[in-house]
This record gives sequence, structure tokens and C-alpha cells, in this order.
Amino acid sequence: MPIITFREALKQAMDEEMARDENVILLGEEVGQYNGAYKVSQGLLDKYGDQRVIDTPISEEGFTGMGIGAALVGLRPIVEWMTFNFSFMSFDQILSNASKTRYMSGGQFTLPVVFRGPNGPAEFLASQHSQSLQSLYAHVPGLKVIAPSTPYDGKGLLKSAIRDDNPIMFLESELAYAWKGEVPEEEYLVPIGVGDVKRRGSDVTLVGFGKPMKVLLDAAEELAKEGIEAEVVDLRTIRPLDEELVYESVRKTNRCVVVDEAWPFASVGSHVGWLVSKNCFDSLDAPVEVVTSEDVPMPYNHHLELAAQPSIEKVVAATKRALYV
Amino acid sequence: MPSALVKNYSKDLLLKVLREMLLIRRFEEKAGQEYGLRKIGGFCHLYIGQEAVAVGTIAALDLARDYVITGYRDHAHALSCGMSPESIMAELYGKATGCSKGKGGSMHMYDAQRHMLGGNGIVGSQIPVATGVALKIRYKKEDGVVLCYFGDGAIHQGAFHESMNLAKIYRLPIIFICENNHYGMGTDYKRVSSVQDFSIMGASYGIPGKQLNGMDVLAVYSEFVEAVASVRKTGEPLFYEINTYRYRGHSMSDPAQYRTKEELSEYKEQDPIVILKKQMVETKLLTEEEFSAMDDEAKDLSNKAAEFADRSPEPSLDSLYEDVLA
Repeated sequence: MPIITFREALKQAMDEEMARDENVILLGEEVGQYNGAYKVSQGLLDKYGDQRVIDTPISEEGFTGMGIGAALVGLRPIVEWMTFNFSFMSFDQILSNASKTRYMSGGQFTLPVVFRGPNGPAEFLASQHSQSLQSLYAHVPGLKVIAPSTPYDGKGLLKSAIRDDNPIMFLESELAYAWKGEVPEEEYLVPIGVGDVKRRGSDVTLVGFGKPMKVLLDAAEELAKEGIEAEVVDLRTIRPLDEELVYESVRKTNRCVVVDEAWPFASVGSHVGWLVSKNCFDSLDAPVEVVTSEDVPMPYNHHLELAAQPSIEKVVAATKRALYV
Repeated sequence: MPSALVKNYSKDLLLKVLREMLLIRRFEEKAGQEYGLRKIGGFCHLYIGQEAVAVGTIAALDLARDYVITGYRDHAHALSCGMSPESIMAELYGKATGCSKGKGGSMHMYDAQRHMLGGNGIVGSQIPVATGVALKIRYKKEDGVVLCYFGDGAIHQGAFHESMNLAKIYRLPIIFICENNHYGMGTDYKRVSSVQDFSIMGASYGIPGKQLNGMDVLAVYSEFVEAVASVRKTGEPLFYEINTYRYRGHSMSDPAQYRTKEELSEYKEQDPIVILKKQMVETKLLTEEEFSAMDDEAKDLSNKAAEFADRSPEPSLDSLYEDVLA
């Protein structure tokens, strides 16, 4: 099976869906002539032309609304934000229009639009460019929120997202674009709303999504050296959430650690932690642990920024607390 | 008095335009009454006084290929797009038979079939969406036109300025229409605007801008017949500031104490319905009796809409969870 980068996998997804359906268009800052700020759209302008790969001005509210309007009348736009940090410039369009038009119109419209781009911290980017914004979007009914952690899941989920008739927030990661993984040549889809067990284990369940899955899997290897076998559950989709997959694992292991690189207050991590505490109460042998970013804006200094994020050490320590060791 | 225009149009067209304005006037009065009786709740923004704008512009469209999108003062646009008074009144009542199944209310009238795309409650939020509708038209090589309405209150939002730029750079078939009714809620536009002639704002984006008298429905209509034809042919956007006036407050809860009685009566003397009626009577296209009959018909349709809304069922509690996702 070919081994390709995350960015190549995402590009293949867009390329295949654009070839399959002429209603799919891509628009955003630098997606065309520049071939993508992170080269995710490399070559698509040459292949599909400037009617389908549309360079926009730095005008997030404008072009996000343009994507929503085009979806309202039958196109299937992919809107690329250079990063999710800039999505706030278009927050009203997402909250007031994308997530609500179907409901407010009594179901008269579908809004098949994907908003995608990198989310969460990379390195040395300081407070405004290092935010993990999944909790804000996951809060809103009418949106689906997806955060893949491997090239395989990324490609299969992005293809599903483009075919879905709802507005979708598709969270990628700057650092993960260079990650490599096996991706089959033949076409496949990964269904939205279905999680995946990335590692089997019986002692504790580690739950996460997106880029921190690497931290969870590395932590599981560390724990294995001490004879602790962790089961690692990748949510893959945050909304709708594959709750049953998590509960099934926790009912087996009786212990749970949730990892989310967003801030702790009212986060996806705290919500999943509450769900597990409530729905697996009789199975739990210890309180659910939640590992998040520290509750501070991201600093520039590298030692400080690493200290702000979930780490292997923090996950191992939380797991040991859950195991009382 | 630009009465010369009345001679340019057929009696059928003139009667249609007059009938639509009368229906909006009487429908809105009925909605105001029912609001007072608490049959309608929440925010309710009436269009009384502004009828010539929605009627004169939408009459120039072919809604099989064109689209309408507006802000929250949207009952008139919905009626002008051919949505039934029953479905709009029932929506105001929050009933299951409303155009949006009772989930939208006054600010969110939609009709996908008639290309009425709402009804947006956030000032200016519909303007970027309108550019996307126009992008679809251009991408599909259709010859439709999008009419995008907003008020003087929206013109200082970034959404307007970003959308004007997008429309120009992508050559989008869209007409931006600022319905200047003089007050953004209670604030006179002159107090908060760097320029008082909004039509010059188009120049910043290379888009032709023009002011129109929005109290004269034929002036609006004749301009829009040309404007829609121009956009259909060239695909280039246009911008209009249409000067108009609302007789009521911003919403039902606003007593409108920020303006004088003299100002209000000055505009009532230019009432769009009175003007057209006078022109038609003077040119012997209409008698007082015929006008009274049309007015009675508008009142009757509005009353029947309210009766329909009154006897319609509430939405089922199950519908609370429907239409969140496709």
C-alpha cells in the first residue's frame, strides 16, 4: 500500500471528489496560484481551472458567506481557511447562517459545505495562531465537526464530508500535514460519526482525536513498558460523537483518560469526560481523568508552549492516577 | 410628480403593482393588530411606507432564474415573491402551516421554490451569502440575477464592503440594494455615516451606484427593468441606494420618539400607494370605486390569512428535533 503524507491524502480526497462531481469547488486564501498556504491544494488549479479553484482576497467573512450562499443553491463548496484562527472573522456566517438556515427555513434547504484548515498549535506561533477551537464549533447544533489523526482517516473522512449534505468543520493540523501513513490506491470512504480503536488494551481507555492521538499512542507505548496495556480510542468525528465505542471500551477497562489539546473549561474533553462519568458510572473504578492544554493563551517561547500542551508525560501521569499506581 | 411614467406601462402591470402594494400595506396593518393581541410575538418589523421598494424591484424579476435575499424586515419581499399571505401570517403565528413550519417567525421567511432565500436577523449577514448565490449563477452559466436587500443600518458592516469587493472581482450578477429608511433602529443614518449619499460607496469598488426615490414605485420599477437586463447581459454588479421611509417604529416595541411628527407626515404625503393611485385616476386608468374594491380585496386576503393562521395547528413537539441536519 502506498505511504503518503497527510497533505497528499487530503489533496487526493479533494481531487477525487472534484473529478467525480462538478458541483464541488474550492475557495480560500492562496488555494490556487500559490497551491495552498500549506500546499494541500497543490496542482488543483492547474487541473480544474480558476472557475473551480478560486483564490479569494483576505476577506474571511465575505468568502465564507459566499461558500454558504453557493451551497444554499446547489454547489458543494470546500472553503479553506488558512488556519482556524482566522475563522473568527467569519464566525457570524458559520453560526448565524451555515448552522441555522436549514432549521430556520423548516428544512427547505441543505447546506453541503466543508470548512477546512489547520486547527490547534504548531510551533512558535504565539497566542493568536495556536488555538484549538473544536469546543466552540462542537457547541453548535447544525454543524458536524471532524478531526482525523491519520492520512488514511483524513482522506476517507474528507471525501465523506464533501459528499455530506450538512455544513462541516474539518479540523486539520499544521504539524500533521507532513505525517506519513498508508493510504490505499483504490477508492474508499470513512464514515462520519464512527470512531476507531487505534490500539487494543485492557487496563485503561485513552480517548482523543486529531493531532494529539500521536501523544496518546506514544503514551500507551510508555505505559506498556510498565506492563499497563492501554486501549486507545480515536473519536475521529467530534460531532456526531461515537459515544457507544467509548462506553464499550470503558466498560471493559473500567478506567478512562480523555485528552483534548483545547483549553479545559467547557471543552470537548470535559464533555466526553462527563458523558463517560455519567454513562459508565457503574463500570468505573476511578474518576475519569481529563488532560487538556493549560488554561493560558499560548506563549511563544518553545519550552513554555510545550509545557502548555498535553504531553506523553502528562498522559502517563493521568493514566497512573486513574490506575491508582 | 413623475406621472409621465404611468403612460409607459400597461394597465395590467399598473394594477398588479398597485394590488401588491395594497396587499403589503393591509397585511402589515393586520400583522400589527394581531401583534397587539399577542397572536404574534418577538421581533416584528413592519414594512408600511416602504412598499414601493420591494414591489418595484421584484416586479422586474423572473423568479424561475432570479433570486431574492433580504434582512429581517422581510414580509413584503416574501409577498412580492408570490408567497401566500396564509403561509406568511401562519409563520408569524408560529404555526406548523407557516412557510418555515413555525421555526423562523417574522425575520425568517423562506421559500426555496420561489427563490426567496430569507429573512436574515443579523444586520448585513445575508450580503456575503448573496454573493455565493450569484457565484452559483455564474459558475453554472445561468442568466439569473440576485437582488440583495439590506438597510441603511447594514451599510457600515464589514460584510457589505467585503461583498461589494467580491462581487466586482468575480463579476457576480448581483444588485445590492440599500433600502435607506433613514433610521438604523433609532439612530438617524446621518449621525453615524461618513457620507450621506450612500450611492457613492459603489465607486470604492468600481461598481456603479445610484440613488432612487423609493416612494415612487414606477421610478423604482422602470430603473430595475433596465438594471436587471443590464446585469443579465453583462454579469456585472450594480448598487442602488433607494430612499424610503417606514411609518412605524423599527419594530413593534419601538414608539419612534427619535423623529418628529412633521417628518413622518411629510413622507406620508409622498405615500407610494396614494401617488400611484392618483396617477392612475388622473389618467383614467382607475376609478375611486375600483380602488376601493382593490383595497377591500387586500383587507379580505389579510383577514383570511389571519383566520387561516388562527385555526392552523401548532407544530408538534417532535418537530423541535427535525431539520437540524439533513
